[in-house]
Amino acid sequence: MADIRVMREDLRPPAPPPKRHFISIKDVTRDDVERLLATARTFERSLEREVKKLPTLKGRLVINVFYESSTRTSSSFELAAKRLSADTMSIKSSGSSVDKGESLKDTAITLGAYDPDVIVIRHPQIGAPQLVARATAAHVVNAGDGKHQHPTQALLDLYTMREHLGRLEALHVAIVGDVLHSRVARSLIQALGLMGAHVTLVGPPALLPREIEAMGCETTTDIAAIGGADVVYILRMQRERMQEGANYVPSLREYTARWGVTPERLRPGQKVMHPGPMNRGVEIDPRVADHADALIESQVRAGLVTRMAVLYDLLTTGPVEIKTESVMEVA
Amino acid sequence: MLFAKAGPKENIVIRGARVVDPVQAIDAAVDVRIDDGVIAALGTDLHTNSHRVVEGEGLLLAPAFVDPHVHLRTPGREDEETIASGTAAAAAGGYCAILAMPNTDPVVDSAATLGSLVEAARADAELPVGFLAMVTKGQRGAELTEMGELAAAGAAGFTDDGVPVASPGLMRRALQYCAVTGRRLALHCEETTLSREGQMHEGAVSAELGFTGYPSVAESLMVERDLALAAYERQPLHLLHLSAWESVQAVRRARAEGVVATAEVTPHHLCRTDEDVRSLDTNLKMNPPLRSVSDRTALIEALKDGTVTAVATDHAPHARHEKEAPFEAAPFGVTGLETAFAALYTNLVEPGLVPLTTIVERMSAGPARAYGLDQPRVAVGSPANLVLVDLTASYRITEDTFHSLSVNSWLLGETVKGAVRTTIAAGRVVFSA
Repeated sequence: MADIRVMREDLRPPAPPPKRHFISIKDVTRDDVERLLATARTFERSLEREVKKLPTLKGRLVINVFYESSTRTSSSFELAAKRLSADTMSIKSSGSSVDKGESLKDTAITLGAYDPDVIVIRHPQIGAPQLVARATAAHVVNAGDGKHQHPTQALLDLYTMREHLGRLEALHVAIVGDVLHSRVARSLIQALGLMGAHVTLVGPPALLPREIEAMGCETTTDIAAIGGADVVYILRMQRERMQEGANYVPSLREYTARWGVTPERLRPGQKVMHPGPMNRGVEIDPRVADHADALIESQVRAGLVTRMAVLYDLLTTGPVEIKTESVMEVA
Repeated sequence: MLFAKAGPKENIVIRGARVVDPVQAIDAAVDVRIDDGVIAALGTDLHTNSHRVVEGEGLLLAPAFVDPHVHLRTPGREDEETIASGTAAAAAGGYCAILAMPNTDPVVDSAATLGSLVEAARADAELPVGFLAMVTKGQRGAELTEMGELAAAGAAGFTDDGVPVASPGLMRRALQYCAVTGRRLALHCEETTLSREGQMHEGAVSAELGFTGYPSVAESLMVERDLALAAYERQPLHLLHLSAWESVQAVRRARAEGVVATAEVTPHHLCRTDEDVRSLDTNLKMNPPLRSVSDRTALIEALKDGTVTAVATDHAPHARHEKEAPFEAAPFGVTGLETAFAALYTNLVEPGLVPLTTIVERMSAGPARAYGLDQPRVAVGSPANLVLVDLTASYRITEDTFHSLSVNSWLLGETVKGAVRTTIAAGRVVFSA
């Protein structure tokens, strides 16, 4: 039988992404994370200066493509790129060709024609960043793909925890709420595991994915389990993902009564985190959200510097492997 | 029940091949003479007369395969497959007969639609094709089709494949009425309130990747229901593409209690698991989904012990642009006609998991029996339905491998062993490489 011709690249089963992208926590090592956190700390100090803009990525192009609504992620990526002097362009699905039914692959090819250095993508479907990575020559940063991964969120959460608790090793983190629909939880479980922290998932049975313990965490439906944690990480009850009639919980009221995080359920000194946006009075009691032990605003600030670190790391030399071919050569 | 274009019957002598026919209990180097499309003699030093001689030295000669589960996409999606391309793919895969599923556009639920397919097959089909017809009108699960008329028009069986017959009451009526037609009822078992939105097997991998899970119990619960109804009505049934350990157990139990149930399993479920879905390759997305390692092990065991008697490819061609999408946006289904034998030989026979004779039986006689078709056999007086395979040939599966109009194969890029050299279907050479 004739021996083999080259397959169409776009139908090749996707190989695990090389490290020139930042798509999943699964693709990075503990050393990568340490380096990114250290870089972020450097940028935090630079932001204390009066002139906050750095020339580092001057002349580079970062395109943000958001197929889902987002406030903090899209704004922090845009600001991160600007603080590093990169050119930025933001595309939202509404008002673009996506509205006209253009496929993700065709959109990616179109944007790729501008020779962007980085494409930051948020998409409601799992694996969208991998598809963009195959269709373009850009470094791809995953800003959230469906329920799969949100790796920069995990990075900013690690940064926040270390800043406030001084360590990640042997830290005990309780993640509370709708784990099933949460890309934040999936990335964070992997990231905490990578750094030697201990994770307990707490939530209603139908919102704790079957066999998720295989990711290296414990699960319980008992909210009292948060008592032993150093950090209580509260997930949003994602109402827009609750299909009608799905009956994950009988009602939000019932959810709040049993799994809402209230001052009464916390120990003094326990740190509280939330990826936002919060549903006050649903998964988090307003008194908890506004308490000094809540690190929610710190998380937003950490989002900026960690995303600066990710962009910097992809586009400059560093142990996160930088692609060797010039982007310009592709055109 | 089977239709193909007419063609000259062959006069051939195949010399020196290793003949394996599990049904005839043959495994020996024997020459085979075919006179006018019918096997006329088995033996050594056969007179070749003026026959064409095919040298089979070093090759396997077996009864050709029967695929009981193919989506020919005609009518409606002739960009994905046609009767001509699908049967050419089947011929290249070593098949002498295939059965086409009726979930086309429009669906095959009337004698008129079926009649047009029969006519098309007589004009275009490289090898005999049978057409199943719908159990319910419009595949809507509300009213039975006119099964009597459809059977008279040539329907090879009845199924709503793609969706289950959701209502137990209607399912019972279907079992009762189908018996009148003498055709087999074939069931896609899925409890859709459990599987809905499901993208892959529910388990540790779906938990990690974030995909909505399609649990095994969504299949096995429906298998149990249908077996219970079959037992109550004392009617036979055929279970399509089983994927779960629990389903296999249910079939075993029902059989022991006297239910006449046949079952099929696909090469991809026998060879791959949900672990492979980590690649997010849309050519690993199908319904039912790839399941866990223990499910795969149970399916292999069921194939060996005869709980499952048929291998079915569930060949489901899809347009390239539809599969080039994020996993959740891609349609369910993969192709398999050209690669089924090589997949099973490479993944099951070579590692010593299943004997070659079992694979041959489950790919030829087993599926034929399930639908009451003539079993391909290497026997004097039987029509020549034979496949000649080079078991030593190793090759990589690429887009160029396919005669199908679609390339959504779960084996793309992989190297397999076992190449079909010649296929003879109903006395005609339909493929030779």
